[in-house]
Amino acid sequence: MPKVAIAPRKTSAVKMGDAPDGGNARGGGRVADKTISGFARRSLARAFAVVVTLFARFVTAVRGQWVGNEPSRKRRIYFANHTSHGDFVLIWIVLPPRLRRKTRPVAASDYWLKSKLRSFIGRDVFHAVLIDRNKETRTEDPIALMQDAVDRGASLILFPEGRRNDTDAPLLPLKAGIYNLAVSRPHIELVPVWIENLNRVMPRGEFIPVPLMCTVTFGPTMQVAEGEPVGAFLDRARDALLALKPARNGSASP
Amino acid sequence: MSIHPDLLHLLMGIGAILVVASIAGYILQHRFSPDGSNSAIENLNERIRAWWVMAVLLAIAFIGGRTGVILLFGFCSFAALREFLTLTNARRADHWSLVAAFFIVLPYQYYLVWSDWYGMYSIFVPVYVFLLLPIVSALRGETDGYLVRIAEVQWALMICIFCASFVPALLNLDIPGFEGRNVMLIAFLIVVVQLSDVLQYVWGKLIGKRKIAPRLSPSKTVEGFVGGVLSATLIGASLWWMTPFTFLQAGLLAFIIAILGFFGGLVMSAIKRDRGVKDWGHVIAGHGGFIDRLDSVVFSAPIFFHLVRYFWSVDLPA
Repeated sequence: MPKVAIAPRKTSAVKMGDAPDGGNARGGGRVADKTISGFARRSLARAFAVVVTLFARFVTAVRGQWVGNEPSRKRRIYFANHTSHGDFVLIWIVLPPRLRRKTRPVAASDYWLKSKLRSFIGRDVFHAVLIDRNKETRTEDPIALMQDAVDRGASLILFPEGRRNDTDAPLLPLKAGIYNLAVSRPHIELVPVWIENLNRVMPRGEFIPVPLMCTVTFGPTMQVAEGEPVGAFLDRARDALLALKPARNGSASP
Repeated sequence: MSIHPDLLHLLMGIGAILVVASIAGYILQHRFSPDGSNSAIENLNERIRAWWVMAVLLAIAFIGGRTGVILLFGFCSFAALREFLTLTNARRADHWSLVAAFFIVLPYQYYLVWSDWYGMYSIFVPVYVFLLLPIVSALRGETDGYLVRIAEVQWALMICIFCASFVPALLNLDIPGFEGRNVMLIAFLIVVVQLSDVLQYVWGKLIGKRKIAPRLSPSKTVEGFVGGVLSATLIGASLWWMTPFTFLQAGLLAFIIAILGFFGGLVMSAIKRDRGVKDWGHVIAGHGGFIDRLDSVVFSAPIFFHLVRYFWSVDLPA
């Protein structure tokens, strides 16, 4: 029920645009702007979310499958392979609607704040936790932003590769952020998610998507073990992701 | 376009069959699977529900006339092409070929059918697209698996767009004394093909012993094939009143349609086995993908079209 989704929105008193990081409000809950323009903006964002959802379904006929796991209202960190800007949209669509509203993608502010449209999509439509990937210029610690969002009741969608994978390798090396976040919030479940085929729908550098079927596979919940070193955990997370990748025959070149 | 009494009778007949099927499915579930534990019965009921949706969509398209039918099959082509190309080796270098396939070839083929330009819609994909599309892929300079890639795309276009578009193309045939009722040809084709599929399944379940192609499709048996094709032939013959054919002609055409439909299913199964998948997709609950439901229609439609055109239609060039 939407209760859970609405709760963090009401607790936040920060108005759109007030925060120095552009409304991100230290990664907190939904921003409640009670003005008429705020209402219009939210309505537009809702309508936009519906359009994006319909379009993504039309192009990808995306299906979510849960392997050794079930949807849950517990706070979770979904971590997935990253091949396209549409990745978090697909995960978001296949989550049950009552979970969608409280699940926030973690995205790069250097991409999503570049233009007004992007920032509208990133912040208003998908309510992303925007982090700055640039260590030199950033003013806020990405881990702190994520911790804050989790503490306010949100589940997160995280792409631990750190950037889009446009190589032939199935997965880039995972970054340690997910480990640090998980260690600092040990009660939160980590769910590996494999997104299949979206990189073929819209390869890097192309701007017209090709309709192809996509699947999003959720794997069994995992957690950082007591005293587990970062390398061992990242290996385990990587294996958990690759185990969800569907095998396919009939490749032209082996 | 008003509803022809024949169409109304047919739709009522299909509705009656589905009502009976739904009641039977409900009773089965009530007696043997009240907690949803019997997967065969659950699948049966899923299928019956999907049949309702398909029947209603088809009825709406028929009542919507030419444009409705073209839009419906255009969408089916789109969904089928999306499923087929997902399983191919198409890669980044083929991106523009695939974009062209979806957003140029598909709409243009259906536009040609809509505008009744027989000379073009019967050669557009097999000649023009066949020659032009590989150029688009070649220009990207990626030669790995090139022949496999372009052959797969062309195969997908032939099956999912070209062959499928011959279902609505049946509306273009000029048959003396049958004006304004061509939609009944589509109904005849689809009813015979789909009943043939269902009856093969039923006969196979009842008396099936010898497997016909164990490696391709373990559920298909000789008994199911013979029983299904023969009973579909009989049903087709008994539908002669809604077609321009006599009883025997309708039976013969139904026989051809059912045979082609069977082998169409077999060919598409071979492709699924090759690619290591069980179903083409997951869009239609209980049935799998669009291609799982359309494979037999797609294989029989062009040949049914050309047979009827050759023997019954008048607009052949002198």
